[in-house]
Amino acid sequence: MTSTRSIGKFEYKKPGSLRTTLRILSNKGADARILAGGTDLIPQIKQGQISPSLVLDVKNVPELNRLDWNEDRGLRIGAAVPLSKLLTFVAISERYSILAQACSVIGSMQIRNRGTIGGNICNAAPSADSAPALLCLGARAIVASKNGNRKINLDDFFMAPGKTSIGADELLVEIEVPTPPAHSAGCYMRHTTREEMDIAVAGVASFLTIAPRSKKLKEVRIALGAVAPTPLRVHGAEALLIGKSVTERIIEEVAEEAAEEAKPISDIRASAEYRRELVKVLTRRTLWKSCEMLGIEIQR
Amino acid sequence: MAKYSVVGKRIPRIDALSKVTGTAIYSGDVTLPDMLYGKVCRSPHAHAIIRRLDVTKARSLEGVMAVITASDVPGYKNRSPLLLVEMPHLAQEKVVYAAQPVAVVAATSIEIAEKAVGLIEVEYEELPPVLDVLESMKPETPPIYPDLYTNFIARPPTDKDSKPSNIAYHISVNRGDLEAGFREADLIIENTFRTQPIHHGYLEPFAAVAKADVNGKVTIWTQTQGVFTARQMIAEFLGLPPTQVKLVPVEIGGAFGGKSYLPLAPLCALLAMKTGRPVRMEMSRDEVLRDGRPAPGSVTTIKIGVTKKGYITAASATFIYDAGGFPEMSHTMFVRGNTFSQYKIPNIKIEAFDVLTNTVPVTYYRAPSTPQSHFAIESQMDLISRALGMDPLQFRIQNSTAEGDTTPSGEILPKVGFKETLERMAEYLRQKGSLQGENRGRGVACGFWHGAAGSFGAYVNVNIDGTVTLVIGVTDVSGSRTSIAQIVAEEFGIPMEAVSIVVGDTDTAPWSSPSVGSQTIYSLSHAVYRACQDAKDQLRRLASPRLGVPASEIEFANGQAIFKGDTQKSIPLAALGRSSLGFRGEGPIVGRGSIAGLPPAPSVAVHAVDVEVDKETGKVKVLSYAVAQDVGLAINPMSIEGQIQGAVTQGIGWALMEGYVFDRGKVQNTTFLDYRMPTATDVPMIDTMLVEVGSTTGIYGLRHVGEPPMVGTLAAVANAIHSATGVRLKTLPMTPEAILKGIKKQGKS
Amino acid sequence: MKLKINGREYEIVSGPGTTLLDVLRYELRLTGTKEGCGTGSCGSCTVLVDGKAINSCLVIVGEVEGKEITTIEGLSRQGKLHPLQQAFINEGAVQCGFCTPGILLTAKAFLDSNSHPTESQIRQAIAGNLCRCTGYDKIVRAIMSVADS
Repeated sequence: MTSTRSIGKFEYKKPGSLRTTLRILSNKGADARILAGGTDLIPQIKQGQISPSLVLDVKNVPELNRLDWNEDRGLRIGAAVPLSKLLTFVAISERYSILAQACSVIGSMQIRNRGTIGGNICNAAPSADSAPALLCLGARAIVASKNGNRKINLDDFFMAPGKTSIGADELLVEIEVPTPPAHSAGCYMRHTTREEMDIAVAGVASFLTIAPRSKKLKEVRIALGAVAPTPLRVHGAEALLIGKSVTERIIEEVAEEAAEEAKPISDIRASAEYRRELVKVLTRRTLWKSCEMLGIEIQR
Repeated sequence: MAKYSVVGKRIPRIDALSKVTGTAIYSGDVTLPDMLYGKVCRSPHAHAIIRRLDVTKARSLEGVMAVITASDVPGYKNRSPLLLVEMPHLAQEKVVYAAQPVAVVAATSIEIAEKAVGLIEVEYEELPPVLDVLESMKPETPPIYPDLYTNFIARPPTDKDSKPSNIAYHISVNRGDLEAGFREADLIIENTFRTQPIHHGYLEPFAAVAKADVNGKVTIWTQTQGVFTARQMIAEFLGLPPTQVKLVPVEIGGAFGGKSYLPLAPLCALLAMKTGRPVRMEMSRDEVLRDGRPAPGSVTTIKIGVTKKGYITAASATFIYDAGGFPEMSHTMFVRGNTFSQYKIPNIKIEAFDVLTNTVPVTYYRAPSTPQSHFAIESQMDLISRALGMDPLQFRIQNSTAEGDTTPSGEILPKVGFKETLERMAEYLRQKGSLQGENRGRGVACGFWHGAAGSFGAYVNVNIDGTVTLVIGVTDVSGSRTSIAQIVAEEFGIPMEAVSIVVGDTDTAPWSSPSVGSQTIYSLSHAVYRACQDAKDQLRRLASPRLGVPASEIEFANGQAIFKGDTQKSIPLAALGRSSLGFRGEGPIVGRGSIAGLPPAPSVAVHAVDVEVDKETGKVKVLSYAVAQDVGLAINPMSIEGQIQGAVTQGIGWALMEGYVFDRGKVQNTTFLDYRMPTATDVPMIDTMLVEVGSTTGIYGLRHVGEPPMVGTLAAVANAIHSATGVRLKTLPMTPEAILKGIKKQGKS
Repeated sequence: MKLKINGREYEIVSGPGTTLLDVLRYELRLTGTKEGCGTGSCGSCTVLVDGKAINSCLVIVGEVEGKEITTIEGLSRQGKLHPLQQAFINEGAVQCGFCTPGILLTAKAFLDSNSHPTESQIRQAIAGNLCRCTGYDKIVRAIMSVADS
């Protein structure tokens, strides 16, 4: 006799191959939920926010456990790779410090030992810490279904809070992150009330590529988290910097513009006004820091 | 402290081994055969009339063994539920707060119990909730209870003109001539301060297991700060004589005042009685935050007048505490003893109110009412010392009360180390040097706690192997078992390992007041000390003829009874223990001791905190923290340090990040992600200075310890933020957003 | 289904959708693992899975079939306390004890991967474990004392 019970009325399956997983999804996709780390899914089931009839544990699917890098193809992160594994992967700490930084602040050590970057983006919380960094790095989601694979630019991935452009019969297999170009650098900063174990009130990632001689900005990416229904790039703000030499004044303008482009809401964590202010501050700080990493002197 | 051999030592807790191995038993760990599972059905509305309550469908569900509503509660038939303090209030005609229990189910599985809760049909007619204390106090606001009058619980109204009111309690204190006092002042500052309800945040949610035996006696395992008060309360709820209820002590996973409240045990017991089977109930964290009685929010207005030289001439204060939906846990009753007691103020006026609103009812939390009041008082003291250009510690030293002074409540102050702790902190800060760096600030504040004292009993058995067993009836929420064992070891001259402490159940242990008000070790030690003396007298009588020396010349050390005149003449306690049982023995050696009516030994703690504020985001980093506290005598310095460090961390949470967020009376932040408590990364190491100004009333000079270090934290942090930014925050929590708003406003002006 | 816990194999009857925490506490009566929040925000339910600290309230047992699970009951071996357990006792790092099993296991996993951490690394490592009694001071010191030795 035991008093335990399932957290929900669902069937649990743990397929060992991508093919089987996709076959199951093509039949039952609409009622199924993918379980990778479970750090978002399990509380959602427990609290009755969702009640899937099938929970599909993808941790045994080999393709979803890949983690590799080479110069040409870039980084491939299987959708079921736990964040803690990713953080100890040398190529990431060496070449994708912005991503390492973003992933290192998600949840706690316990959460990072289970949670995955795939789950972080599929859960599509506006505050997902990995999203702004991935947007800056030009990441693509590799999505598979019975009918084949497709690539989704991360810019087109997030639809609404909790909603992505992945279809019910599709599975996120991996995330591809191109190798950052030479002379590029960036960072992610967020604001939380507590130091750790908190959800971003606002997060900003900036990523700059410079022309090595002129030190002018060749490419600029700035992405925001927790200040709109989805993580988003602020193209207007980015445009202000492209082709320019960095000055203190221009950074201020960019920060202001980023704050303009944000669409924050007021909730129990903060007011929209404060979030907008944070976007300004964090944009400014990430830009300064990125310039510092690139060894650019900012003209006053 | 050379005069003691065990008292005063840093001795590890005797319960630590069971806790590091996971073998300690807490309420939720208790399992009985054939056990049922109970679940509460709660109101979704903050204020509503119950038009219909139908449990038929729930009752008829397969596996449901009982469904209980208010009409099944025997205790409600005998007296107004308003008088059943700290009990679950199953709604009768109406609900007065969101999450108020409406019915309870027992079923053969948790799943069935939850399903049955969903089948309970309740029709509510929503009423406009009263959510703000100031609104609630207005005479035109409809009273939440048509039969509740101010101070009704203390004394029913005799005055025919009395009108029902949402003011549950009101007290006033007047001393001297307030107006004259303010006329003498060169500087008068008045401010209003606000705090939100906050939760104790104990990690262990409520749980209870109950069973009723064939004779009708009910046994309950639940975490409670007082097994005897719990027995009394539950017996009243069940309509049983107290001795028909037995409370079994279990480990308590954090309490801080919040676990005198019994949200589950009475319901669980009633279900066990109805079904004849054991029942277990557990609360989720969400339920704990919605119905686990927080500490009240408050609105405090303080006015203080001082001379140019920095002497206080007059002070007035109005305290309003938000009682939530029930009037039972008055906070104003603590105001008299804890307001302005540490300062010499000739002219005083205090008004205090407990005011009802349609929010979760409150209970006591670590020095109830006093962190809120000291947030206001000590912020105000800081503002005055700034205005006068005086050092904040010197300003306080200069105005400190001394032994023999009369407190606002009319009490004569015993010796308390006000000056000693303030001077100790001043010295510490001198050595530390001034704070360097941009956007940094230091804040100091003082916290006073009057304390409480209860009635306690203790038995001591001297065993045949020379060890000693102490039987007490108070559950351990602060390390009390270890400190008390140190006293026993000290008194008998035996090592710690030779002492065992039994916290008995309510059938076997001597009566004990609950572990509240920082009274436990302070009061209980008297009973234990007396029990030890009683047993030692018996040992002396046994040893005297054997050693051939007068009983009065025998002392105890190294496990022996020893002749003071010649230490060669001695006899082991084990031999005496055995001989007492022989044919010609006097019978077992049992010492007993009791205590009641002890005057409290108030305590003071002085805080200093250094912070750094990010001026662009408003985020505060606590760089360092120090507390000097008068502890009387530290029986176990390690244990007291832990109490201080824990209290300060709770205070930092209260100051910077914790607070209930309501929407139409419903708590919105019901997880530990949105009810944020400090993690290890939010606090620094916390320096402690244990100042030992012995009390005249405590054994060895003991004082109250556990609550005082919470009191000064809120203002200390506020004062440090002011130093760092120039911004004075008068509302808690001082979130980054609030701080940034202050900084921006300041920039504009 | 079979679970391997503290080196011993258990046949369990709970379904795969049951949390590991519930199976430990209610089916196997390994009650040293505690539930503080049920949402992965307090760390009281921390256990080790293949040596990594995880919140057992956020894992269903189907996921951990065949894995090595360590609970607080398995931290001491053959009656000998783990150095962290001894340090927690000696340093006064235990008060109410409800968070203690979780913090011990988090600390063990952390020290296994980083044997000479700084104070701030220790604080970060245990940030997922709330303690309301101690203010963390003595917990951090206890972990540091084991790291130093």
